[in-house]
Amino acid sequence: MSTEVRETEETTAAEPVRGDRDTPVFRPRADIREGKGGVTLTLEMPGVGPDGVDIDLDRRVLTIRGRGRVTQPEGFRQVYAEYAEGDYERVFTLSEEIDEAAIRAGMANGVLTLELPRAEAAKPRRIEVRAG
Amino acid sequence: MQITPFLAFDADPFDPFAALRRLRSDAARGIPASDRAGAFPAVNLWQGADSIAVTAEIPGIAPADIDITVHDDRVVISGERRPPEAAEDAVWLRRERAYGKFSRAIRLPYRVDPDRVEARFHDGVLKIELQRPEADKPRRIRIASA
Repeated sequence: MSTEVRETEETTAAEPVRGDRDTPVFRPRADIREGKGGVTLTLEMPGVGPDGVDIDLDRRVLTIRGRGRVTQPEGFRQVYAEYAEGDYERVFTLSEEIDEAAIRAGMANGVLTLELPRAEAAKPRRIEVRAG
Repeated sequence: MQITPFLAFDADPFDPFAALRRLRSDAARGIPASDRAGAFPAVNLWQGADSIAVTAEIPGIAPADIDITVHDDRVVISGERRPPEAAEDAVWLRRERAYGKFSRAIRLPYRVDPDRVEARFHDGVLKIELQRPEADKPRRIRIASA
């Protein structure tokens, strides 16, 4: 059985948009792997600490937001830029029920790892057929 | 290894950041960063009083897996991002992140003191502060009155 994880395109901007903090909002790069027990999602959000992440699951719509920290070395002014900093947001639609209470999230070195276990009802079950 | 020259010394040797500012104005004209560099990691440069700071986004790496070397006016950031361990039966549904070895050399506007380099890594963001050697600092010469 396969769990489909679709991106909800209409709510996810590919180009940074202005957030309510007046900072750009980026779409974080994501890896999605599926195993027996469920789906593992990792998202790159450099500059976001463990307390800057907001994960919201509404039915099958998974919304992940990260609040970036601005790096401003003290006593320095910026003279060259290849990347911009800001917040992150990305929305996914899951094709089946996830056991919300069993979701595990970890944030390390700017990468969010989300373990999304299948809900019991959604797991395939073997039905034994007994001789009558 | 990619070498990124940041500077061609020009008219004003006392403003080694002038070339950088021109690059920055390219950025302001809307040329996407990825087209200008395409190198990993992307870096930002900062100017202080006789010091330079380099910041870079390297999410998903352990601080111990980052190597920083400084020689003359060049700083090299290298390392390896290891792919996550996955169960045998795991299937990739989406793969946007990059793994493996990387190396990037950045040429700074001036020589820096390799003994006074401070590097910090926090939430996937690397910050390196480099100092200009005392002997290399430009000096103002006063003309003695006759």
